[in-house]
Amino acid sequence: MTLLWPILVLAGTGFLAPLLSPRLRSAALFALVPAAVAGWFAWQMATLGKDETMTSSLPWFGMLGAGLDFWLDGFGGLMALLATGIGSLIAVYASGYMGGHPQMGRFLMLLFGFMAAMVGVVVADNLILLFVFWELTSITSYLLIGFNHEDKEARAKALQALLVTGAGGLAMLAGLLLLGGAADSWKLSELLGRGEQIGASPMYPVFTLLILAGAAAKSAQVPLHFWLPNAMAAPTPVSAYLHSATMVKAGVFLLARLSPVLDGTVLWHGTLGGVTLLTGAGLGIVQHDLKRILAYTTLAVLGTLTMLIGVGTELALESMVVFLVGHALYKAALFMVAGTIDHGTGTRDVRRLWGLRRIMPFTATAALLAAFSKAGFPPFFGFIGKEYVYKTGSAMEAAAPLLLGVAVVGNTMLFALALKAGFHPFWSKRQAGADPVAAHEGPPSLWAPPLALALAGLALGLFPGWAAETVVASAVCGIMQHPVEVSLALWHGLNLPLLLSGVTIAGGFFLYRQRRLLWRHHHTVEALRGPMHVYERGLAGLVDFAKAQTRALQSGTLSRYIFIILGSTTALLLWKFAHFREWPDLAWRGGVDWVPLALCIMVMAGAVVATTTSSRITILFALGVVGLGIAVIFLFYSAPDLAITQILVEALTIILLLMVVHHLAPIRHEQHSWGTASQALLSVVFGLCMGLLVRHAKELQLAASIAETLAAWSYPEAHGRNVVNVILVDFRALDTFGEIVVLAIAAIGVAALLQREPSVRKERT
Amino acid sequence: MSRSFILSRTARMLLPVLVVLSLVTFYRGHHLPGGGFIGGLLAASGFALVALGDGTAAARRLLRIKPVSLMAGGLSVALGSGILGLVAGGALFRGLWLPEIHIPVLGVVHLGTPMLFDAGVYLTVAGFALQVLFSLQEADA
Repeated sequence: MTLLWPILVLAGTGFLAPLLSPRLRSAALFALVPAAVAGWFAWQMATLGKDETMTSSLPWFGMLGAGLDFWLDGFGGLMALLATGIGSLIAVYASGYMGGHPQMGRFLMLLFGFMAAMVGVVVADNLILLFVFWELTSITSYLLIGFNHEDKEARAKALQALLVTGAGGLAMLAGLLLLGGAADSWKLSELLGRGEQIGASPMYPVFTLLILAGAAAKSAQVPLHFWLPNAMAAPTPVSAYLHSATMVKAGVFLLARLSPVLDGTVLWHGTLGGVTLLTGAGLGIVQHDLKRILAYTTLAVLGTLTMLIGVGTELALESMVVFLVGHALYKAALFMVAGTIDHGTGTRDVRRLWGLRRIMPFTATAALLAAFSKAGFPPFFGFIGKEYVYKTGSAMEAAAPLLLGVAVVGNTMLFALALKAGFHPFWSKRQAGADPVAAHEGPPSLWAPPLALALAGLALGLFPGWAAETVVASAVCGIMQHPVEVSLALWHGLNLPLLLSGVTIAGGFFLYRQRRLLWRHHHTVEALRGPMHVYERGLAGLVDFAKAQTRALQSGTLSRYIFIILGSTTALLLWKFAHFREWPDLAWRGGVDWVPLALCIMVMAGAVVATTTSSRITILFALGVVGLGIAVIFLFYSAPDLAITQILVEALTIILLLMVVHHLAPIRHEQHSWGTASQALLSVVFGLCMGLLVRHAKELQLAASIAETLAAWSYPEAHGRNVVNVILVDFRALDTFGEIVVLAIAAIGVAALLQREPSVRKERT
Repeated sequence: MSRSFILSRTARMLLPVLVVLSLVTFYRGHHLPGGGFIGGLLAASGFALVALGDGTAAARRLLRIKPVSLMAGGLSVALGSGILGLVAGGALFRGLWLPEIHIPVLGVVHLGTPMLFDAGVYLTVAGFALQVLFSLQEADA
């Protein structure tokens, strides 16, 4: 239960937010909750040894393998700490950024809902539970991107993010189910120790690829990357939180988590990550919207992380963790800075921004610190991250030049982008054509959170030994599932990584100087549509298909609907009979019951009259004959409950039909005789098929009949002598409950349909 | 629409009879043919007769509560009986029974959550039939 509490507390705060937020003086007070949860996680991590785990479980759908199983180890704890720690700063920031927004409560509800789901993802031990939380992050992300739901663009982009990550989620579910089956366990904590068993599974490549697809969609890897820059339609606190610091890391988190069992994937992860790194940085370099610049660099960083997981050595995973933490700190800070600039100047176009340091000194400080960490200057934590990537590359046996090449090119572009986003708006000089923009510094709630994060990045960089001991080592232990020693330092002597760092800084600075040239090519690059084009074509095609088949099937004529339904049922039945050669035994046995035979003839005569007459009242009476005839047959074979129900339903149906009969248009006979003929033929064939089916069902006995057992249990178990009733209200009560719910829905539907009519009539007159 | 005096009077007289009959049918359902579904339909047919004779407004007045509320109440009672089973018996819709009691006239009375569930069915079915009936008849006007 212990590990369920933080999730419940966060989700509960979310549900209370709409009620409380109008009553509180400042929404920043909500930040206390995630801060307390973060404190709790920090305390748990401190008391837990670095290779220890803490578990807690509650029963859920035990028979299906789904339990409320949670575990906390170094890696999950680190992610939870990031989610809640950054989350509390985001809540403070949002109170300033969204201040006075009429829907602040809804915003906070979604934000806290996401936070709870994210914590759930990282502490879930059970695969099914992990999936549930995973999807909850997608849904809250959808609602947050589309927060300004009156904006059509925002809705379209939210839907795009949901469809891409949701489709990936489905692939991942399939993958997780296969993985759980191969490992004979639904618990990550057990499954991670069964690498050999999982590796020997014939389905290994299938589930590896499916899980990779899910993670790639979530973490925006090429070619599923396009939703992330579009997700910038969300309010800035959301971009800072979900789409850079936390949610998009979920895919990387899962890949890292499963890396002990899904190893040997260097090629997949490495290629995917490398391509994403270069694509993200390459597309980002021509951007001039602050948020889009940052979104593309997020892509590049996610690519780097995936690549490092693919390499999979201890050193690579250490770099992964360092890079991930560093990125979460500086990227969230830079996003918040972008929002503060937007707030203070009304624009995010860097071409129009210059010299803001005098007007916005606190924001400028935060931006500078974060940008330097991102650019990888010593002594920031970002520098250590980049050094470690190079160290990983140079320690590789094969493919070292390739990885180093990709990393240097990517990091060079990231360097330039870091300066563009965090340095240019504040420190560059006025250029021709750039008018001064009216600007003002934001309130403390807008600059204090990014400053805090940026300072945290500096502190971790200044005390690398402490960071290694407290944060990195336990996280790497968690990923590798065995104890490791980690020591981080700023200075490693004169070696290849340091040289490459120098190259990166020089190259990045050069690119930064060329920024105005690159911006001119913005439109050329944006015109390359790539995978997003495929997405748009696919979505349009789906809608067209839906429209076409709706037009074809749903003509609006009742007789046509019935024709299609009965026709397809008949075809399926005939196919079943013919394919399995299971023609029922039609041999005649025993004598003839004259009473039912007479009743049957009566029923059939009623049916014939009903289909041939052209008066609706006659049809009603003919149908009444059919219904009552059947009721009497029930009675003859001693089923009084059925008979009474049938009679009552018949009576009420007749009353209902009598009420509406004079509204109906006169009976329109099919204009073509072949129409009538085909309807007649179909009804006869359908009737025969149903007859065969009933006959067949009676002779087919797959298992011992439950009728006897139910009858025997009825009185001793359920205290009722009427088995039919006991089945309805006790043995199968849940089914009955479902049925009466359907009844209620149908009644409301009828009422809604009929209520529309008066207003339509009014319009006509 | 002209009213039939005979239909109107008969319906008024039959209504209490039909409602009592529906309750009896409902009550005996656990041991003999009957039950909530049939009972609900019988009760609805009583009000349907009034609606035919005097119009829906009169039927609604006699019913006092809205058919939708009948359905809502019925569903709540049915679900509530299931939840009672969950809370006190450990499984959703587990049948729980009170001890048998002897009451003059009625004889042995044995009450339990399945009876409660059946009462929910009774209310929902009656509400359903009346909701559809009233809506159809009112669409006329």
